[in-house]
Amino acid sequence: MTFTRRFLMAASAAALGLATGAAAQDKTKVGFIYVGPVGDGGWTYEHNQGRLAVEEEFGDAVETVFVESVPEGPDAERVLTQMALNGADLIFTTSFGYMDPTINVAAKFPNVKFEHATGYKRSDNVSTYGARFYEGRAVQGHIAGSMTESNVIGYIGSYPIPEVIRGINSAYIHAKKVNPDVEFKIIWAYTWFDPAKEADAAKALIEQGADVILQHTDSTAPQAAAQEAGNVITFGQASDMAEYAPKPRVSSIIDNWAPYYIDRVRAVVDGTWESTDTWDGIGAGMVGIGEISDVVPAEVKAEALALKDEIASGAYHPFTGPLKKQDGSDWLAEGESADDGTLLGMNFYVEGISGDIPQ
Amino acid sequence: MLTLERRPEPNRRVALLTPIIAVVTTMIVGGLLFGALGTNPITAIETIFWEPLFGEFAFYYRPQLMVKGAPLVLIAIGLSLGFRAGIWNIGAEGQYIIGALCGAGVGLAFYPTESWLIFPLMVIAGAFGGFVWAMIPAILKTRFGTSEILVSLMLVYVAEQFLASMALGLMKNPEGFGFPGSRNLQQYASAHNAELFTGTGMHWGVVAALIAVIAAYVLLNRHMLGYHIRLTGEAPRAARFAGVNPTRLVLFCLGTSGALAGLAGLFEVSGPAGMVSIDFNVGYGFTAIIVAFLGRLHPVGILLAGLLMALTYIGGEIAQSNLGLPAAAIQVFQGMLLFFLLAADLLTNYRIRLARTEAA
Amino acid sequence: MDLTAISPTLLIASLMVAATPLLLAALGELIVERAGVLNLGVEGMMITGAICGFAISVETGSPYLGLVFAAIGGALLSLLFALLTQLVLANQVASGLALTLFGLGLSALLGQSYVGVKPPSMARLDLPGLSDLPFVGRVLFSHDPVLYFGIALTIATWAFLKFTRAGLILRAVGENHTAAHALGYKVVRVRILAILFGGACAGLGGAYISLIRVPQWTEGMTAGIGWIALALVVFASWKPLRVLLGAYLFGGLSVLQLNLQAAGLAVPVEYLAMSPYIITILVLVLMSADKSRAPASLGRIFHASS
Repeated sequence: MTFTRRFLMAASAAALGLATGAAAQDKTKVGFIYVGPVGDGGWTYEHNQGRLAVEEEFGDAVETVFVESVPEGPDAERVLTQMALNGADLIFTTSFGYMDPTINVAAKFPNVKFEHATGYKRSDNVSTYGARFYEGRAVQGHIAGSMTESNVIGYIGSYPIPEVIRGINSAYIHAKKVNPDVEFKIIWAYTWFDPAKEADAAKALIEQGADVILQHTDSTAPQAAAQEAGNVITFGQASDMAEYAPKPRVSSIIDNWAPYYIDRVRAVVDGTWESTDTWDGIGAGMVGIGEISDVVPAEVKAEALALKDEIASGAYHPFTGPLKKQDGSDWLAEGESADDGTLLGMNFYVEGISGDIPQ
Repeated sequence: MLTLERRPEPNRRVALLTPIIAVVTTMIVGGLLFGALGTNPITAIETIFWEPLFGEFAFYYRPQLMVKGAPLVLIAIGLSLGFRAGIWNIGAEGQYIIGALCGAGVGLAFYPTESWLIFPLMVIAGAFGGFVWAMIPAILKTRFGTSEILVSLMLVYVAEQFLASMALGLMKNPEGFGFPGSRNLQQYASAHNAELFTGTGMHWGVVAALIAVIAAYVLLNRHMLGYHIRLTGEAPRAARFAGVNPTRLVLFCLGTSGALAGLAGLFEVSGPAGMVSIDFNVGYGFTAIIVAFLGRLHPVGILLAGLLMALTYIGGEIAQSNLGLPAAAIQVFQGMLLFFLLAADLLTNYRIRLARTEAA
Repeated sequence: MDLTAISPTLLIASLMVAATPLLLAALGELIVERAGVLNLGVEGMMITGAICGFAISVETGSPYLGLVFAAIGGALLSLLFALLTQLVLANQVASGLALTLFGLGLSALLGQSYVGVKPPSMARLDLPGLSDLPFVGRVLFSHDPVLYFGIALTIATWAFLKFTRAGLILRAVGENHTAAHALGYKVVRVRILAILFGGACAGLGGAYISLIRVPQWTEGMTAGIGWIALALVVFASWKPLRVLLGAYLFGGLSVLQLNLQAAGLAVPVEYLAMSPYIITILVLVLMSADKSRAPASLGRIFHASS
């Protein structure tokens, strides 16, 4: 896509004006674009917490702006352009669907830095970042496998995409390790956010004997369903969901974007920003494990924390062979760990999980 | 006691004035709302209405108004024909989706062949898809007398599920690492609905919307069919005596609105949006219904109403980003604008009188 | 695959819960449509009820008070629609859509400080003896009070339309407003009351989701249930008892779908999700041969002097 000279001049003038203005005021402007409302209590909420952490960290040196509930597509492209025109130095685009709009806008504003969450397209001024949530899933799987009495673990998936499938596999592998009889029942909700449906899904799983519910959707509806059922445990997703602790919520996976956001903003302030591809996990603090409650027996808690530390230090990779795929074919040999390429595009279950991934 | 008295015919002077009254009222009440949320009301209103048109970056926003407004206008023009004749297609959202799927499907089927023929074929497929989807309520209505309001609305949800299934299945980008969503048609030259003149935002969808405005104007004012449409809406019995064929009229109105909605979907998916994704539809089909009424079902009015809606979207985003207003406040503001515009209709069609209750 | 894992008892019990918000909202809309008014703003009224009920329960600690205010909140919002369509004579389709837009925004604004808050819970009805009966105990006698209220409201609505004079007037207004007016009935007043009732029911349905079925508050949490309620009224061919049946069918379909998935059956989710709408269209077609059609004045503007 090409622009008129007038546009280019104006745009670069804006960028230049900002550069000089920024030098004068010493204020860096950081934009955030969200796919949901900041009140969603999950995905967008946590990104906004990251934004607030940036504000707190830098105080008056940094100004942040955000636009919420932006549909993925042309609207996103316009909002990004608008932020860039208004002098943003760094923009975080926090949903997979913003990938192509981010690349398009970044090409027009070479002086503005962009950070796209969960995507795979990069350029000189576009970095990507994502979290290795599957590391947290391993810890979850361990606790789930140890705690289940019915040996049935329910899993509410959103859409059958690699990110979610990775989580299921990781949780299953580690549940199976401590409990060979464990069985996973998986429901695809086909939504990221529909509390009523999530509640129904959780109930269906519980009624079919699951006494642990893992979820890859963002609402607390499954927590409430588990609480009502009584003898069921759950894990917080995206945010800590501490209001359901100590039971049913026994632990959680927390998206903690704050350290990364602070880091990247500092790089822009210092002038050291470079396009990178970040995929961080527990070690870097991007994936947090919420406090394991006292409902979990002390030894299981100790094992889970040990597993977490091993993953954090890099001593252990959750996908370490020997592992086979669902169809029985070999995937990873003894001691071999999965490469990031396979993980990013993961579209198969590991051996032992029953059922098919919807295509 | 206040009573309403229908004007013999809508007052034209008032008709031109009411939208202005409504917008000003919205600004005042909306300003109070923004003030209550701790934002300077005048800055907020200025940001929403002035910034996109005359602000520092108006050179970017003005073309964007057309990009955002074009699908609204294109769909609303089609809908207005039916609405005038009392034929209620409220399922344009579904026709928009199916048009986009058919058009994009043709484009994706040819990938990676390059030929100038592909885009025209996609346009035909898009219009045809929307047309076929609208023919379902049309034929059910003419054959069985079912309500087209309800059938067309139901079909929106069917289309949405179909879209999800396509984005996750058949049309999924084979090089997309398993993520849902099709290839990006912006990167496929033969299928890309690109800007015609750089920096203007003018793409084929905008051209189509403008042509539709003119065509609808001519049809309604100069053509027998347009006369039939107006007559059917205003005096159905008289229309029957005048030889209007109601079946043909239903098929024509629903078919045209479906085809235009399908076109809007195709131009969007091959241009600004670029790809088929689960959340491809963002409610243009429903917003267009409001646009049609705000424009008083008149082609020129619809054009202006479409641009006004686009303005509140774009200005609303600027207000969010620059002033930190929540998206919900903008939504409430838009809702108020619609209420006031609808309410202002009263002044056009009725006279308010202070009448004495007659003694019995 | 293990279909025996699905317990019919629990399936029926949970489909009744899933159906209740739909049932409440659809009963309200049924009365509105029977009076000849089409209000497409159900989703907006539901979500407004959801936040009003949630906020009041959290503030007062009483879920019952919350439910009352949910109904009031929904009715207040519908009053806007009533003013626009009945007094100002604006188009109903456009006004209804605007109402949904406004309601979604308003509820999000009102709810900003209630994200992540846990509402007080409402106890299930526990009838000693009855609740412990096999099968029927779980299916019939151990739900929350609102669920029973929904069933009672269905019967009340049915009786109201069939046996009372007021019900007769309501139907007359919906069938032919000009004739009803000529007979001396207050068309506008009847319709405004019907719209308010519809708003209250939708608000209650919304609060059922935010207080009982989920329970939590998040923006946009009704996620399209209001639109399904609209379909349900048509599906039920404007008859209260069929609304009940339809709500269980629509609710049952979604619960069954999830249960089949959990049992390991490969379910074409999208195609199942579209089936209620396709069935509704089929019902419409089948009904065209029947006498029981849409109220004749549905969606038409009434003005006394015209």
